[in-house]
Amino acid sequence: MKPRALIPLVVFVAIGFFLYSGIGKDPRYVPSPLVGKPMPEFSAPALHDPTRIVSKTSLLGTPYLLNVFGSWCPSCRVEHPILAEYARRGAFKLVGFNWKDEKADAERWLQQFGDPYAEIFTDLDGRLGIDFGVYGAPETFVIGADGMVLHKHVGPLDAQTIEKEILPLLAGKP
Amino acid sequence: MPFADRAQEVRYQNLLRELRCLQCQNQTLADSDADIARQLRNEVFRMIGEGKSDDEIKDFMTARYGEFVLYRPKVESGTWLLWFGPFVILAGGALALVLHLRKRRTGATAPAATAARDEEDW
Repeated sequence: MKPRALIPLVVFVAIGFFLYSGIGKDPRYVPSPLVGKPMPEFSAPALHDPTRIVSKTSLLGTPYLLNVFGSWCPSCRVEHPILAEYARRGAFKLVGFNWKDEKADAERWLQQFGDPYAEIFTDLDGRLGIDFGVYGAPETFVIGADGMVLHKHVGPLDAQTIEKEILPLLAGKP
Repeated sequence: MPFADRAQEVRYQNLLRELRCLQCQNQTLADSDADIARQLRNEVFRMIGEGKSDDEIKDFMTARYGEFVLYRPKVESGTWLLWFGPFVILAGGALALVLHLRKRRTGATAPAATAARDEEDW
């Protein structure tokens, strides 16, 4: 057989590999441009005491998980007990980003499902969420002690993802 | 909240058609009814009012949501295949066609017998 006759086969195999590599990827996954950069500067009212201001600076010093949640968000309930369990065991510090939520609703939700957050700040109108590139709760950022964004997860976290993707990042940055 | 002039309104409409709503992904900010799209439309409106250029507004969006928000991504190493892939394939096809035609022409002029038989076939 002439080697030229193999060209279509080679092209076919190449295209096949290329297309196959796309199978199983989540088309909803959008890489955040914030990863690897310092988190945006912000100062926002604390949930339980809106006169107190939580800021990027006030959270520096320990790495933490910044969890975007809202009482109106059904998938937040799915991940909530898992996050709570890890936070209770001291696996990480958990900070809440209460997104587009009313104070009373958020507090009732936390009362009902438990409050594992070391700190919670609020973003009632969602303006701060835009600076963080938030487009749907739940979303979770891993923030280093120096305020760098190490990772972003979109959608509810499960134990497997926490073990495989989150904890190793935190272990690397004590 | 009206626009200052017609030109601003046109820019607003054009920008909304070039920016993607992340929640619904296959809709532009102009199409989408999602809350986040409404909010980002407000941001675009605010920035136009502040006198920001189209590029500044797109930079604002990509700094937060990534290149994915642009329906016309920038030409760079990561989008090279996207922009030029079709032309590479087209060029490859054209090259194959030229080579094939050239071979057929030289083949046809060589032995007179085959040329005659070709005519019969037609």
